[in-house]
Amino acid sequence: MVALTSDPIDVTAALTYLQSEQAGAIDFFLGVVRDNTQERPVDRLEYEAYDRMAISEMQKIADDAQQRWPILRYTIIHRKGTLQIGEIAVLIGVATAHRAAAFEACRYIIDTIKQTVPIWKKEVFTDGESWVNAHP
Amino acid sequence: MTQSVSVLLFGITRDLTGQSAVAVPLNEGASVGDLLSRLHQDYPALAGIRSLLVAVNGEYAESEQLLAHHDEIALIPPVSGG
Repeated sequence: MVALTSDPIDVTAALTYLQSEQAGAIDFFLGVVRDNTQERPVDRLEYEAYDRMAISEMQKIADDAQQRWPILRYTIIHRKGTLQIGEIAVLIGVATAHRAAAFEACRYIIDTIKQTVPIWKKEVFTDGESWVNAHP
Repeated sequence: MTQSVSVLLFGITRDLTGQSAVAVPLNEGASVGDLLSRLHQDYPALAGIRSLLVAVNGEYAESEQLLAHHDEIALIPPVSGG
């Protein structure tokens, strides 16, 4: 299951979705808004997405992960809009029979999302703002 | 013959141009590379961005790919999700 949402991410609902009698391992990665970047205090983050392509690129990553590991169920949810400190920006959940595949697939999915999915993060500081990774 | 294509802008490209979409006049048979050159001419501020990719109909496109006026074209500055 792949989704882009403006609403807070529900971790409990994701866990319920991933659980099955065959799943011996469930891994989660949560990307959370923290209060600083390189010691500069962050007030909030603003996420923007090219919705249609963000969904299709996330689906490609999920399909690719399913080719590489024996995944029983997965969920990839990315938030957009304005996020406050402590809120979950992205949730990756992977259910497999054994733990090694769950760890590896979860890491692969988040690392690849950061490279190819058209979602942009703006850091809003108390004294300015900047788009992450935009400048050399 | 000149045609105009509409280009969707996101993130820093939207901030730099002040628009969420721009119309770019292009000759028939123009490629993704031609579009980028034209955009750099019209909006010199885009040169300060680390890398600019182009998506055509929701897929990343190579610079040789040809454009048609009905394509959905988007400028993709460096992504930073997660």
